Amino acid sequence: MKWTITASLLGTLLLGFAVVSCHETDVAPTGRMRIAFDNIVGTSDLKLGNGTYQNAAGESFTVTKFNYFVSNIRLRKEDGSEFVVPQDSSYFLVQEEKPASQTISLSNIPTGNYTGITFVVGVDSLRSLADISKRTGVLDPGLNDGMYWEWNSGYIFLKLEGQSAVAPAAQNNTFFFHIGGFGGGYNGKKTINNLRTITIPFKSDMASVQSTSAPTVQLKVDALSIFNGPTRLSIAQNSSVMFDTYSTSIADNYAKMFSYDRILANQ
Amino acid sequence: MRLLKTISTTRAGLLASVFLFALAVACQSGKNVDPTPEPPAPGGGGIQYQTTPVTLRKPANFPDVVYDLSKNPLTVEGVALGKTLFYDPLLSRDTTISCGFCHQQFAGFGHSDHPLSHGIDGKFGTRNVPGLENLAWGREFFWDGGVTNLDELPISPIQNPVEMDLKFSEALGRVQKSPRYPALFRAAFGSDTVTTARFLKAISQFLLTMVSADSRYDKYVRKESGGELNPDELAGLTIFQQKCTTCHATDLFTDRSYRNNGLPAGTINDQGRYTITLNEADRLKFRVPSLRNVEKTFPYMHDGRFATLDQVLNHYSSGVKDSPTLDPALKASGQLGIALTTTEKKQVIAFLKTLTDDTFINNRALSAN
Repeated sequence: MKWTITASLLGTLLLGFAVVSCHETDVAPTGRMRIAFDNIVGTSDLKLGNGTYQNAAGESFTVTKFNYFVSNIRLRKEDGSEFVVPQDSSYFLVQEEKPASQTISLSNIPTGNYTGITFVVGVDSLRSLADISKRTGVLDPGLNDGMYWEWNSGYIFLKLEGQSAVAPAAQNNTFFFHIGGFGGGYNGKKTINNLRTITIPFKSDMASVQSTSAPTVQLKVDALSIFNGPTRLSIAQNSSVMFDTYSTSIADNYAKMFSYDRILANQ
Repeated sequence: MRLLKTISTTRAGLLASVFLFALAVACQSGKNVDPTPEPPAPGGGGIQYQTTPVTLRKPANFPDVVYDLSKNPLTVEGVALGKTLFYDPLLSRDTTISCGFCHQQFAGFGHSDHPLSHGIDGKFGTRNVPGLENLAWGREFFWDGGVTNLDELPISPIQNPVEMDLKFSEALGRVQKSPRYPALFRAAFGSDTVTTARFLKAISQFLLTMVSADSRYDKYVRKESGGELNPDELAGLTIFQQKCTTCHATDLFTDRSYRNNGLPAGTINDQGRYTITLNEADRLKFRVPSLRNVEKTFPYMHDGRFATLDQVLNHYSSGVKDSPTLDPALKASGQLGIALTTTEKKQVIAFLKTLTDDTFINNRALSAN
C-alpha cells in the first residue's frame, strides 16, 4: 500500500512536471518573418550580364555572378532582447541568379515587434568544420554552386564575378572575387578571417510578427560597396582575389553593403 | 484509486518511464526540426537493413586514432561501397580515371614512376601522389594539409581539372543512375538515395581500413614472430632514431607537421603550406610524409624529384639549401643537413626497407578485384 501511494505520487509529479516543462515552448505563440535581399549596384538594379556599372576607380564592368552566405541570424525585439534563430535553420545562400534565394523565410519566431537584425556574412568556423552530414542544402560542399574550396577546406562566403575591359586579356577580361576564410587554427597563427557580422536597425520602423501576419523586411545590398568601401578596389589592379590577405579588405568593404530599405507588412 | 491500488511497484516504475519518455517526446516536438539529419534509419518497403560492424584495427605500437569513428561507424557494407567507389572510373569526366588509378596498391597506394600526379587526358598535376595508409591517424591531408577532414578529401581529386575533372554534383548523379549502386547504398545506409554525406563517408570507411602495420619492423617492435632484423637493419634503426625521428616520429613515421627540408624550390615554385595559411613562416613547408612502404612509394618528395632512397639520403647529407624557413633541425649542428657516412646511409636504407608491409600491399580486401 505504501509503495502504491508512492508510485501514484511519483506518477502525478511526473505528469505535472511534464505539463509545466513543456508549457512555455508549446504555448508561446510564434509567427514568420521574411528577409528580402534586394541586390543593387549603386542606384541601379543588379542585372546579371546586362547592366554596365562603374566603380569609384572609374572602371566599367558587368556582373555575371553574385552569391553570398547569410547565417547566424538574430532578431532584436522592441524591449531590447534578442531572438536567436536556431543554428540549424540559420544558413542561407543568396544567389542573384536564383530569385527565390533572395527572400529567406524564418519560422517559429516569437510574436512581437522587432526593431533590427544581426547576421553573419559567411559560414562560421564551427559549422565549417562540422561533420559532413550536418552540412546539407546550401552547405553541401559539393552541391552549392562552387561556394566551397575543396583544396583548402572552407566555404567561399561571397563570390562576385564579371567582365571589364580593364581585366586582363589573359583572363578573357573577366574578374573574380572569391572571398572566404573562417580564421582556422592550424596549431598556430590563425588564418584570415573574412566572417563579418552585420547589424541593421529598422530605423524607426518595427516588424510586427503575429501568428496571422508575416512581415517582410527588405534590405538593399549594394554590390558597388564591394569596390567603393574603405578600400577602393580596382579591377585593373586586383582582377582576381581569392584566398589572399588582400581579401580581408574586400570583406571590410562588403561588411558595408547592406542597408535597411523598408518593411512590407503581412506579405 | 482502486485501480492505483492494484499497480505494483514494478508497474509504477514502468509508468514513470513512460511518463519520462512522453515528456522527452513531447518536448522534442516543440523544437525546430534539424534540416540536416543523419542518414535515416531503415526505410519502409519491407527492405531488410542490417549492417555488420567492422572494428578498426588499432595496432599496439600506434598512437591514438584521430578520425571520429562515432560519426561514421565502419560496417562491412559501408566499406564495400567505399571500395567500389574508390575503384570506379565513372567518377572521372571521361570514365577513365578512378581513385585507384593514381593510388596503386603495389606502390603503397602511390603512383609508381610518376614524379607528378598524372590524371585525365594525360595531364600532370604539380605534386607527387602521396601513398595512402593509416589515414585514421591523419590530422590534415595533402602535401600542404589543405584538407582538414578525410570525409571531404575525395571532392578535391574528383573536381580537379587535371585529375578526374568531374563536377561533384555530376559524380553523385552518375552514381545515382548507375545500376550498380542502389543495392550497395541500401545495404550500407538503408536508402538508395545517393547523398554527399553517404558517398563521402563510404569512401572514408574504405580508406580507414587501409591500416599498414605488419612490416618486419612492426613485428620487431611488437616482438612477434617474423620480426627479426639483421645487424645492418638494426644499425640503421639506431641511426634513424638518432637522426631522423625529430620529424619521422612515432610508429606512424611522421609527426604530422609541415617543414621545409631544404629542397631548392623547383620551377613550379610551389610554396606548400603557405598557400593554405598565408603565413610567411610556412613558405616552402610540406607535410612530413610517413615512411611506411617507402621502398614502394618512389619517387620521393612533394614533387617527386628523387627516384631513389639513395638520392633522398644524399639530399639530407649534402643537398640541403638554407632559406629563412629551413627547418631548425637541419642546421642544428651549425652545419646544413644531417651528417651521414656512406655506411650509415646504407644502413638507414636497409632499415627503411623493413617498413615494407607485404601483407598490406597484397591484401585482397584492399584490391580492385
